[in-house]
Amino acid sequence: MTAPALPSRTPAPQLPPGTGKAAWLFLAPALSLIFIFFFLPVLASLLLSLTDFDIYAIADPSTTRFVGLRNYGRLLETPEFWQALRNTLYFALAGGPLTIALSLGAALLLNAKLTRFKTVFRTIYFVPFVTTLVAVAIVWRYLYHTRYGLLNYGLGFLGVEPIDWLGDPRWAMPAIILLAVWKNFGYNMLIFIAGLQAIPSELYDAAEIDGAGPVRRFFNVTLPLLGPTLLFVGVVTMIGYFQLFAEPYVMTMGGPLRATTSVVLLMYEEGFRWWRMGYAAAVAFVLFLVILIATLIQFRLQRERP
Amino acid sequence: MTLRWRTLGTSIILHTVLVLGALVALMPMAWMLSASVMPAGEATGYPPRFFPSRVTFEHYGQLFTRLELGRYLFNSAFLAVTVTATSLVINSLAGYAFAKLRFRGRDRTFRLLSLGLVLPVQVAMLPLFLLLKQLHLINTYWGVIIPGMASIFGIFLIRQYALSIPDDMLDAARMDGASELTIYWKVVVPGILPILATLAIWTFLATWNDFMWPLIVLSDASHYTLPVALASLSGEHVQDTELMMAGSVLTVLPVLAVFLFLQRYYIQGIMAGSVKG
Repeated sequence: MTAPALPSRTPAPQLPPGTGKAAWLFLAPALSLIFIFFFLPVLASLLLSLTDFDIYAIADPSTTRFVGLRNYGRLLETPEFWQALRNTLYFALAGGPLTIALSLGAALLLNAKLTRFKTVFRTIYFVPFVTTLVAVAIVWRYLYHTRYGLLNYGLGFLGVEPIDWLGDPRWAMPAIILLAVWKNFGYNMLIFIAGLQAIPSELYDAAEIDGAGPVRRFFNVTLPLLGPTLLFVGVVTMIGYFQLFAEPYVMTMGGPLRATTSVVLLMYEEGFRWWRMGYAAAVAFVLFLVILIATLIQFRLQRERP
Repeated sequence: MTLRWRTLGTSIILHTVLVLGALVALMPMAWMLSASVMPAGEATGYPPRFFPSRVTFEHYGQLFTRLELGRYLFNSAFLAVTVTATSLVINSLAGYAFAKLRFRGRDRTFRLLSLGLVLPVQVAMLPLFLLLKQLHLINTYWGVIIPGMASIFGIFLIRQYALSIPDDMLDAARMDGASELTIYWKVVVPGILPILATLAIWTFLATWNDFMWPLIVLSDASHYTLPVALASLSGEHVQDTELMMAGSVLTVLPVLAVFLFLQRYYIQGIMAGSVKG
């Protein structure tokens, strides 16, 4: 997950002539790398999605034909694609808010005046975020084991019958969401703590004098002032969650009954296992459109908030 | 008196919740560590156990003899260090130029670049693969290094921080006749050290933990990184729980160590970067 900071404009400082040339020299390595190995492939991806580029084309690109929007048409008729899209939305729309709620809760607890050992707890909560996803996914696969897993063993004490977490189509996605929430909440928590610390404490004092309890203070002071942070966290989390791939790849291979096949996993299978690259490029572009729409919706929601 | 008791009660509840949360956060990794030193077969017994009956390091030995994870450990370390070192230089040069140097088209270029932040990297992967194939870089270290050498996020992070370098300092150096490259090296780099540290840790962790792109571009086992090797081994050795846990420990431990030793720079950088935006 990357964390972009929004650009802020500054007036250009007065500089002697000649710095312009130096500036372009400084920019040249970064800009040419990003152009050749990122922007160009993105544009090429759009073109690729309009062709029937497949395994034969890898050996001999001249066999590729332009097919217009046929890949997109086929995509929209394929149940596997719709299921992958539904699975991805399920993961993002359930896992995203859950992660954000837990992050905000942890940040509030860590920011409370009474809390001791703040940095120790902060470090512990952040540790899952820095771990290697593939490694912890393998660990969780064993924790989820129906018979030998610690999770079912623990739930057994609460009288819960053993759940086939990764083998039952109804439970596989919730299991992956639980892993993702555990892994990612620490990052958002840090951003929230930074946001909370930026709120002037006089505002809380004033609200307290006015007789506002902790709940009213949260809704009337904390939440409105945390608005920009919430938007940032919401957008970053959602973009990351729409790119779900390694968890199902390692834990379920997209199963059972394709219940955890995400859009990116579908793209990977079509493009890099079956080498239907034209079709896979169309899948990738639809993912981009979905992310774009979801981002715009979040910005709109944020603007409409009173 | 009653107020003090109420505060004490709140404090106890608060800290109980925090400790429970910490246990949940650490439990999967504690079990990973514990299972990795259990005798073979013990992690898949019933009832499941948390602590080993006897500590053994045989699985760690097997990682290097039977599974040859040493090779993958080297690959991961080599790629993470190389990408981190090169990307620091390239991103900091660009970030500084955007922040402090004046040239025509600066704002337009920067805006164009920021468009890239909303593009998911997966969209670029298929043509990038074909491009690298044309360049004969598939299944080489370069296939991972080159796309990682410059990052829009890195440039943003550096630029944001470099904005706070006083112009007077740069102008004074120019008056003394220092070249732009000398100014970058002698004035700018020392001034942005904290954010360079943040970016270095971020890049190292991201490269070490990355899975999808190395999986695509490194098809031959001899070039696998640890996560790719682990994912492939975990299919074959699904029964060898303790061995897999040892492999997971080996994969996670280096990034955990980097984080724990350098967390001051890392956490502060992330928090500062988000608030300033």
